[in-house]
Amino acid sequence: MLQIALWKRVLILAVCASGLLFSFPNGFYSRVETHNDAVAAIETFGSTSEREAQAAIWPSFLPSTLINLGLDLRGGAHLLAEVHVEDVYADRMDVYWPEVRQALVELRDQVGFVERVDTAPRGTLQVRIQRSEAIEAALQAVRDLAQPVVSLTAGIGATDIVASGQGDVVTVELSPEEKAATDNRTVQQALEIIRRRIDEVGTREPSIQRQGENRILIQVPGVGSAAELKALIGTTARLTFHPVVSSTADSEAIAGPGNILVPHLDREGEYYIVERAAVLSGEDLVDAQPAFDQNGLPSVTFRFNPAGARIFGQYTSDNVGALFATVLDGEVITAPQIREPITGGSGQITGNFTVESSTELAILLRAGALPAELTFLEERTVSPGLGQDSIDAGRIACIVAFAAVIVFMALSYGLFGIFADVALILNVALLLGVLSVFGATLTLPGIAGIVLTIGMAVDANVLVFERIREELKTAKGPSRAIELGYQRALSAIIDANVTTGMTAVILFALGSGPVKGFAVTLMCGIATSVFTAIFVTRLLIVMWFERRRPRTIEV
Amino acid sequence: MRLKLVPKETNFDFFRYRTVTMGASIAAVVASIILWLVVGLNFGIDFRGGTTIRTEAVQQVDVGAYRQAVSALDLGEVSVIEVFDPNFREDQNVTLIRIQAQEGQESITGAIIIDVEAALKEVDPSIEFTSVDSVGPKVSGELVQTAILAVASALAAILIYIWLRFEWQFSIGAVAALFHDVILTIGVFSLLQIRFDLSTIAALLTIVGYSINDTVVIFDRLRENLRKYKKTPLKDVMNTSVNETLSRTLMTSGTTLLALVALLVFGGDVIRGFVFAITWGVIVGTYSSVYVAKNVVLMLGVKRDWSKPSDGGGAGTQFANVDA
Repeated sequence: MLQIALWKRVLILAVCASGLLFSFPNGFYSRVETHNDAVAAIETFGSTSEREAQAAIWPSFLPSTLINLGLDLRGGAHLLAEVHVEDVYADRMDVYWPEVRQALVELRDQVGFVERVDTAPRGTLQVRIQRSEAIEAALQAVRDLAQPVVSLTAGIGATDIVASGQGDVVTVELSPEEKAATDNRTVQQALEIIRRRIDEVGTREPSIQRQGENRILIQVPGVGSAAELKALIGTTARLTFHPVVSSTADSEAIAGPGNILVPHLDREGEYYIVERAAVLSGEDLVDAQPAFDQNGLPSVTFRFNPAGARIFGQYTSDNVGALFATVLDGEVITAPQIREPITGGSGQITGNFTVESSTELAILLRAGALPAELTFLEERTVSPGLGQDSIDAGRIACIVAFAAVIVFMALSYGLFGIFADVALILNVALLLGVLSVFGATLTLPGIAGIVLTIGMAVDANVLVFERIREELKTAKGPSRAIELGYQRALSAIIDANVTTGMTAVILFALGSGPVKGFAVTLMCGIATSVFTAIFVTRLLIVMWFERRRPRTIEV
Repeated sequence: MRLKLVPKETNFDFFRYRTVTMGASIAAVVASIILWLVVGLNFGIDFRGGTTIRTEAVQQVDVGAYRQAVSALDLGEVSVIEVFDPNFREDQNVTLIRIQAQEGQESITGAIIIDVEAALKEVDPSIEFTSVDSVGPKVSGELVQTAILAVASALAAILIYIWLRFEWQFSIGAVAALFHDVILTIGVFSLLQIRFDLSTIAALLTIVGYSINDTVVIFDRLRENLRKYKKTPLKDVMNTSVNETLSRTLMTSGTTLLALVALLVFGGDVIRGFVFAITWGVIVGTYSSVYVAKNVVLMLGVKRDWSKPSDGGGAGTQFANVDA
């Protein structure tokens, strides 16, 4: 009656053995991590004797996948940033203005003079025409400029701009389809730029993911403070070079048409009136490095691409003696006089830099400007020290819980309790193995999840053992009692674990960060505990039973 | 000699004090709701926005001096609490500083944190920020919605599952018990003013998962016994079922509580609130699956004829051959 086919036995034992094998590296966490880092370094940067030695501290025939430690255990920064996608709409409209003006100028005899309305809502372009009766003709001319939207999701026939007229004003804005497509591009670009900036600094295993429509989740392990990281990520770093019209101390100065008023970065009360249209921008840069100027002060040197170098050379030749402003994110860093034509395509930005700030600016310029501004919605940082404290506390709690449950089970169920204990040990090994193989992230609540699993894992065994006790009372033979015990307890085991599993799935779907980590360990814990209770303890009992053939058993 | 939590044969009448237990449960639920409404929950920054800073210093903490230093920065409401934990080292003095969400800002700026750090270094040069959490009003609003959605969908999913596997009366009884557990946990959090944040929601769902586990095991036995004893009054069948599963109920609660107490004592203060919620929930959940769930089922009454295999989907045995 109590029979388990050989292939099933082999399979069950194989699963247990692989669980032990894959959980094994986690017992030697820092050693395996050093090994993994060294192996990765050899692959990317080539072999050195030091790296070989580090790689050799863990035998390569053993598995080397580890459970990822979450930021709350390893220490690090978690930032949720929102990209101001609307910023881009205004830029697009500025680009459209010359085209719109051109189209309307061609209709001058119908519409009369045209002018751009300065008070237009952000992200829209408004044009006032002289003769309001010609509004239809003006609208038609503007609509003819529209391009079809290139996007997978937009419907056929969608165009990039929509124009509407009211009185003598034509309003142009991006169509909803074009906005969606633009938003998508903006977020992708921002993501890419952030990734480049973080990679430039070279921290390990940063995770940068898009979240929802216009958010980016940035997780960088090992960073003690978010302030530096935020400064690095959050700076737009849009560098432009403008001809200077004049400088002033008046913050209310009227810039005049085509010009803008820009404050100086660190000299209070100093303002520059510069031309709105930039001669060159950071997009024309190919390289930027921190350096020192002739006075030994920190500065940033840069190089233009060939096209940029040509424009720069041409402009400096034509404007020797004029002032030329370097503007970063709407503030003038420096506005030197052009002493001689600069034709080599490289230049130097001097200003009130420290070594750190010049290094940071060089990084930002190399990585490129963000397409739009970012705000941080959520920020969580944990120092590595606190993370280590949590790991230590969690480890002690696990060991104590483990020992207490093992003793309790053995006292309550005797030999069968020891079978359950063996299954419990295998269960935890399997759980750690599964988490390692899937590269799941262990968080502090996740450790609590493991401890909770230790407590609850014996539940299925308890159900079976209690059932066997009951079946023994009705005086069937021991083998029949064991068989019936397993059979009849099964529906309760399944129901109980499916319902618990459902709540874990909901937690996983709706939770974030540490809570998600908890849900993962809980789900894996449910799966492994059902497996060990139904298959492993049963196999153990059957193997013991076959060997001993006891006439009576006590559970 | 075996350790026995429960004698071999028990024959407790779980319904004898039915009015008392049911009355006590209802009173506790009502009291919890009143506490929740009157005293209110001590929401963490997850749900109301703001910043929490955990500091660590070598010297003894002077909470008053800390508060004064931070208040001088004019950041609105600031609270400073000293944290004690048996696991702390001798020279490890920890506080939690909470700063309210700043008007018109999505998230605290780095500049404010630097100011706070500078102000506190004046008080104690050894101070260090071991963790900083800052949540803006936009995200905290969304987190509230997510939390409510999570608890509601967990209850709904269980309601449907139990309904499919058992009968609608069982499903109402189970959800009533879960509701009881969740409300009582919220009540305790209001009473003791323990910080209520996202991890508490995770704890609530875990409680829901654990409590339903217990309830289902008893229901499963009840269904089996209803097939066996067709003529016995429902109340007696229920009593038999609870008595038969009592040993298991207490064993499982016992091992789970053992593990949780270990975590409560040794797991550190960072997750103590979370673990406390689960521990409380396990106790309340065990009580509610014995007393609340079945009382509700008893009041609603159940179908007595389970003989036809089509009824209830023959669910009791359909998994029985998975490994035969």
